[in-house]
Amino acid sequence: MSGFMATFGLWLSVFFTLSIFSFLYKDNPFYKLSEQIFVGLSAAYWLVYLYYSVMVPNLFNKLFTDFKGNLILLIPTVLGLMMLLRLIPKTQWLSRYPIAIMIGTSAGINMVRYAKTDLLGQISATMINPFAADNVVTVIGNILLIVGTICGVYFFYFSKKQEGIRAVPSKLGIWFLMISFGASFGYTVMARISLLIGRLEFLLKDWLHIIK
Amino acid sequence: MSANTNSQTERRIIYLVLLIAVALPLIFPIGWKTEISGYTKLAWELIQNTPDSSVVVFSFDYDPSTLTEIQPMAEAMLEHSFSRNQKIIAMALWPQGVQMADQAFTEALKKYPDKKYGVDYVNLGYKVAGIVAIQAMGKSMPEVFPSDQRGIKYEDIPMLKKVKTLRDVAFICSLSSGTPGIKEWVMAARDPLGTPVTGGTTAVSAPGLLPYVNSQKQLYGLLGGLKAASEYETLINKIGSATIKMDAQSIAHLLILVFIIIGNIKAFYNSKRSEQ
Repeated sequence: MSGFMATFGLWLSVFFTLSIFSFLYKDNPFYKLSEQIFVGLSAAYWLVYLYYSVMVPNLFNKLFTDFKGNLILLIPTVLGLMMLLRLIPKTQWLSRYPIAIMIGTSAGINMVRYAKTDLLGQISATMINPFAADNVVTVIGNILLIVGTICGVYFFYFSKKQEGIRAVPSKLGIWFLMISFGASFGYTVMARISLLIGRLEFLLKDWLHIIK
Repeated sequence: MSANTNSQTERRIIYLVLLIAVALPLIFPIGWKTEISGYTKLAWELIQNTPDSSVVVFSFDYDPSTLTEIQPMAEAMLEHSFSRNQKIIAMALWPQGVQMADQAFTEALKKYPDKKYGVDYVNLGYKVAGIVAIQAMGKSMPEVFPSDQRGIKYEDIPMLKKVKTLRDVAFICSLSSGTPGIKEWVMAARDPLGTPVTGGTTAVSAPGLLPYVNSQKQLYGLLGGLKAASEYETLINKIGSATIKMDAQSIAHLLILVFIIIGNIKAFYNSKRSEQ
């Protein structure tokens, strides 16, 4: 039975893979069917998965085994239920409280963390002696890092019109930004091709057994 | 034939040629060599220079959608860590990361069958809340993970006897394809606690994380995409799935370059013609 299920699962995967690929030719019912099934299945899967991996171990198990010791868990439970009240128009306003707490908490946590990691950490990383390196390539890299950072940030300085000498670092900043966008595009292409390789490997290896 | 139909036909030809170009090297491998980048070398050095018996954390923060890119990295880095006799704590900030970890361990254990669960490696499972969970691990790991994936209590796992907080681990390796992932580990573990963080990510996410590989060592190297996975395999002398797939990747990139050149020539020609 397990052998049959494995083969059935394989053919199902092949069917959905080819159905999705068929969109490249043109939109068609097979693609639409696959897309809808994927969306529905994902929603159902996540609902069940999160219930069993989050709600059960973190809430229900704890409350059922030691209710008195876990009374504090009633606070997030009530807040969670209040969030669901959004579905009823008359009680919709109650969902604003858990949302406000979530936004406030997230902002509080992230403000400190981002300030340390993205602001102070990144500024410190740029404050280097470019000539301290032991080889020319690294020295050039360090200089580019400092110049690129300063010019890139300067490009977003809008308080004064950037003309004449003030336009030079701004233009240089655009060049650095363009190069970084190009690199990002290259990485994106690589990622998309990797996905294609993954699917083709599945078709050629697991389904057709052409490759080992 | 209208311009619209013409461009649609061209698009289909491009898809077909790309499909063939990717499929052929998979069937007939070329065996092109991969150059090792500095970012990959740094990550390799961190694992290589971490002493024997150190406890390390591997966080599986991805799901099957990015399996092609990240799983080869996970397998290669786990193998490397096992080869250095490090004790591995696996965990996940993504629900399906647990299965990804199991799959990676199954592969790595084929080469190291003597490694024992609970002594050499452990899978603590999934923890919800991302950065908040990491912060809590910085204070007390047993409180965040009272038991492992198999239900064994934290204090009963031999390799975790001396590991109370994230400060007690030698490094953290996050294999991530989004949020929560590497950035959260840098923010909540590296910067406040000083525990070194390295990792691997998808090619799409790599440019956003590379600035953290800096003089402050916010990240100790970074593996970005399939290319970096194949570099890591080269460093540990392994011909793994990433190395095999790199031929197809390189051919596809060459082809895209050719398409970009042809597209630009055509656009230039069209603009000249419309001017006339």
